[in-house]
Amino acid sequence: MRKRLDVLVCSGAACLSAHSAAVRDAIAREIEAHGLSDEVRIVETGCMGPCQLGPVMLVYPDGVFYIRVQPEDAAEIVEEHFLKGRPVERLLWEAPEARRIVEERKQVPFFAKQEKVVLKNCGRIDPENIEEYIAADGYAALEKVLTKMSPDEVIQVISDSGLRGRGGAGFPTGRKWRFVADAPGTEKYVVCNADEGDPGAFMDRALLEGDPHAVIEGMAIAAYAVGADRGYIYVRAEYPLAIKRLEAAIAAAHRLGLLGVNIMETGFSFDIELRMGAGAFVCGEETALIASLEGKRGQARPRPPYPAVEGLFGKPTLINNVETFGNIRHIILNGADWFRGIGTESSPGTKVFALSGKVKNTGLVEVPMGTTLRELIFEIGGGIPDGKEFKAVQIGGPSGGCIPAEYLDTPIDYESLRELGAIMGSGGMIVMDEDNCMVRLARFFLEFTASESCGTCIPCRVGLPAMLEILERITTGAGREDDLDKLERLGKTISTTSLCGLGQTAPNPVLSTLRYFRDEYEEHIREGRCRAKECTDLIRYWIDPEKCKGCDQCRRACPVGAISGSPGKPPYVIDEETCIRCGTCREVCPFGAIEILDRGVKGACR
Amino acid sequence: MKLEELRKIREKAAKELTLRGGQVRVKVVVGMGTSGIAAGARDVLAAFLDEIGKRELTDVIVTQSGERGLASAEPVVEVHEEGKPTVVYGNVTPEVARRIVAEHLVNGNPVADYVIEVRE
Repeated sequence: MRKRLDVLVCSGAACLSAHSAAVRDAIAREIEAHGLSDEVRIVETGCMGPCQLGPVMLVYPDGVFYIRVQPEDAAEIVEEHFLKGRPVERLLWEAPEARRIVEERKQVPFFAKQEKVVLKNCGRIDPENIEEYIAADGYAALEKVLTKMSPDEVIQVISDSGLRGRGGAGFPTGRKWRFVADAPGTEKYVVCNADEGDPGAFMDRALLEGDPHAVIEGMAIAAYAVGADRGYIYVRAEYPLAIKRLEAAIAAAHRLGLLGVNIMETGFSFDIELRMGAGAFVCGEETALIASLEGKRGQARPRPPYPAVEGLFGKPTLINNVETFGNIRHIILNGADWFRGIGTESSPGTKVFALSGKVKNTGLVEVPMGTTLRELIFEIGGGIPDGKEFKAVQIGGPSGGCIPAEYLDTPIDYESLRELGAIMGSGGMIVMDEDNCMVRLARFFLEFTASESCGTCIPCRVGLPAMLEILERITTGAGREDDLDKLERLGKTISTTSLCGLGQTAPNPVLSTLRYFRDEYEEHIREGRCRAKECTDLIRYWIDPEKCKGCDQCRRACPVGAISGSPGKPPYVIDEETCIRCGTCREVCPFGAIEILDRGVKGACR
Repeated sequence: MKLEELRKIREKAAKELTLRGGQVRVKVVVGMGTSGIAAGARDVLAAFLDEIGKRELTDVIVTQSGERGLASAEPVVEVHEEGKPTVVYGNVTPEVARRIVAEHLVNGNPVADYVIEVRE
């Protein structure tokens, strides 16, 4: 019997950790209890995008989108909606501006502005069911290249499409493929770089979890084009769900003969192995990744020779990012011109971004290149919560840079971001508001890159800790007048002299914050003041005697016993020597009596 | 795996995905309010799904709605077709449902005996 309803339960990592599995079980039980098993199908899908609203659920054919579904809601949903056809209004996504109920997924601004190419199947098909992938034109592109195209023609289409590497640097994919195809030798490899490690980035994970076959198909097409018969996916061990679904997908493709020997009886053979990385950031760099794949320590080496000539096990190797492979089948099926019709002249296609930080709708979004930051953050992202002011957005993670409000209308592409001192990176996008200190932000990213440096080259190994030391000095109120010049000089030197991408880009967060928020650095150094009140060494908490009612809540909440006073006898007092400035008292105070003041480090005790 | 087999899997599996954004020509809405269910709307719905499945009509979706206030004519079924007036049927039984699929959805001739309303 035909199914009447498809209930898509998001099983991306975010929804799973919000217990979407329990919701699925509860819905399944209710469906069974109402005798609807023959009519309603439950499908577990990859990430649907709006992660902060999870667990989310999409019901077809009407496209009703439920958010924050709890197991207790299952009975009502099944009884009212699945049986009687009345969607449960209280669980629908409310459009905040109009306060009206939005039923159709298409009408939710979060979805309406997006253009899903790479993520087309994510949240729409069951990633563990190869037949659903095949039904959605899966492996049709592989069939097309194997039966109707020569390897040269495949490379030509990819070149004509203008696709550029989605891992960060934006190197033309077709050119990379051509290098590997032209490299001498018969033994070649295709490697998928799934070592996604930037704080706040989860684009690749979502694609691997939500549509693993798309990556496998992209790799197989690449292998055919460059003449490889073996592929590796280098994925972090800390992505267990992605690994599980990839393993299942590879096994299923094997079962149907879409991987292995003599695929579709065309004489082409290709196989894929998974390799787990331990999570070193540097292993996202291609030469370090290759070393790690070979079982060696993950360290970068000088290029040339490039991996296209001398890569894995010394053989010509094609390395592309997850999202790059995810684009391939769509370009093969729809043509280079179609792809060029999306995005901008120099950066065709779409880009997936992981939106996080101080933005209402955090999650996974895919937009055409050339979309402005304003559209992305304020229309799709819904703007800044709690009525705060937008301050900057950090693009490209620790290798990227921040972009301030005056450039919000910049169309996003590889070149425009580079001009502003950021990079596309793999697509992490962290939004910051007035409560974020830009010096502290720079320090945070530098702490990360300094500890992730592989240590091979001196500029990165020695230079980054030197920069970090200066930043620590500034954020603790001990900054010196010449520190900013030193930071700039060090940063530029490290950028130009480091061996690999890690060191070359690591100073970006510092250099870009210096470029746009120099006054904040100067305030820290000259006045010992942090305007965002984030640098704990530069602030103090103070209880306003006028507002304190002596409720005793702050004293009980203080983890270090720094607050004294007796219930009903205001005011309470904070002992500044003991206080660790964690801010707990301010959060619990029902009267808003606790304020954050400048500590006045400068002049007082130096 | 041969190419033929891949195509067969695709054709078969594509039917499973029609609910999720395929081309929809006709939408059949079965009234599933309390009185609709009491009058046998569940069996009518099942008959629709069964018949549509048998005939492999991939451009038809079946959905349900709440009470329409016409308890005496339940089960009530609406047939929405792109560019045509909406046809409302009353007192539909499983047998009538199968006739609606064959005569109306496939051949384009509404089952006149059971039509209670035609809306532009």
